[in-house]
Amino acid sequence: MNAAERSQRRDYALRIALPAVIAVLVLVGWDLVVRLNQIPPYTLPGPLLVAETFLADWGTLWPAWLVTLRLTFLALLVAVIGGVGLAVLFAQSKWIEFSFFPYAVILQVTPLIAIAPLILIYVDSTHVAVLICAWIVAFFPILSNTLLGLNSADHNLVNLFQLYGATRWQILRYLRIPSAMPYFLGGLRIAGGLALIGAVVAEYVAGTAGQGSGLAYRILEAGYRLRTPRVFAALAMLSLTGILIFALFSAISHLALRRWHESAMKREN
Amino acid sequence: MQQSGRPLVRLHGVGKRFGNGVVALQGLDLDIREHEFLSLLGPSGCGKSTALRLIAGLGEATSGAIDWAVEHGNRDIGFVFQEPTLMPWATVFDNVYLPLRLQGVARGAAAADVDATLAMVGLSQFRDAYPRELSGGMKMRVSIARALVTRPKLLLMDEPFAALDEITRFKLNNDLVELWRTQSWTVVFVTHSVYESVYLSSRIVVMAPRPGRIVAEHDVVTPYPRGDAFRTSEPYNAHCRDVSKSLAAAMQEEPA
Repeated sequence: MNAAERSQRRDYALRIALPAVIAVLVLVGWDLVVRLNQIPPYTLPGPLLVAETFLADWGTLWPAWLVTLRLTFLALLVAVIGGVGLAVLFAQSKWIEFSFFPYAVILQVTPLIAIAPLILIYVDSTHVAVLICAWIVAFFPILSNTLLGLNSADHNLVNLFQLYGATRWQILRYLRIPSAMPYFLGGLRIAGGLALIGAVVAEYVAGTAGQGSGLAYRILEAGYRLRTPRVFAALAMLSLTGILIFALFSAISHLALRRWHESAMKREN
Repeated sequence: MQQSGRPLVRLHGVGKRFGNGVVALQGLDLDIREHEFLSLLGPSGCGKSTALRLIAGLGEATSGAIDWAVEHGNRDIGFVFQEPTLMPWATVFDNVYLPLRLQGVARGAAAADVDATLAMVGLSQFRDAYPRELSGGMKMRVSIARALVTRPKLLLMDEPFAALDEITRFKLNNDLVELWRTQSWTVVFVTHSVYESVYLSSRIVVMAPRPGRIVAEHDVVTPYPRGDAFRTSEPYNAHCRDVSKSLAAAMQEEPA
């Protein structure tokens, strides 16, 4: 093992060890604050009580988690189809892009929490309404990133394709889409987290009025009943889910790009 | 040396004015003769790259005409850019296969041609490598292989070696001339280096800027193969002196 490998290993170890140390410190600190001040569990439960609740309420939390997760990935799937589809369409003609892109921006910048109640009014099925909400926030990063990628193909390569009489479809397939891959995957990573947030926000708005049964609904319900430990347990699940989604798409991105893209390359220096 | 023969492409009074009003080329008359190694030499802004792109059919001339003496199609022009301009996501093989793929040739049917072309530029053992694993000179070889894989009649090169170090450039110069001598194509080579143009070319056209036009023409009569000894020989120096004089005269017409 040479010096470079040794330092690389040390970096890996530090990357895991340092956040772990911080986590332990925070948990111990949290526990001490709760114990020393004798804070009641319905105000702030200690980490051990949260862990116990997590295990005790597993039967309630697990199905709720599955509902939220399913919704998140469904929204993401529709966002990928819609975002990529629109990006390809926009890339075909400046006219289409100029005509419709501002509306995509409007959809993105309008706070979801403000339009979610309207969507719930107009769409009969709460499930579909929540899906639409999650889709609205997730699709924009995919659209804008993919569009940027499609338009950033090397100009000389475009010329070369034209020189050989390539069709529009060939340019799209062999040049624009591969050029857009790193951008699309970057958008996907952002969209994964946003889809989860969208699903949670929409469930919140639907609230107890809907037949929602996702994690957000469980948090609301537990909050009303002052079952604060369960709120914390569900929150922890949501955070973990977000982290896992991000890690999943980071891994996919790395696998797809490791042969050629700068972002996924190992560096010796 | 192959005989430079009848015109392959003729430019009659070709002009190019860009949308912003800049006249890049004006009244360009030039015959590109079959099998010759023609260099377009000039300072930056003299329109030599613009001329090359017009010959390639990338963009329309705003005046004049470019006529081919023979039938030609998409496969008959090879173009090498100043940068290697490779697809970073594709292997060396796939990069060279690209022109054939765009013509609808199946991968299996193209493999022999692609491999033969890779062998020609000395990259056989790198067929499965990705561009970023290659040195600058090797990337340029891939770029040249891609231009040659369709066996074009006309090879257009836009300052292909300008970004390379001198040692690599000399090696690629030698290899390019060797390839050209043994194949049947015609080369139009854009450069701003007097020495490179004299070493490579059978004919040099000197261009001047604003507006881009031809101001002098030199035949380099020294027979091929020239070899590294030519770089230090008296005829080489004489040619360089003459061409430099034309270039200096072209530049003197206006302050640089």
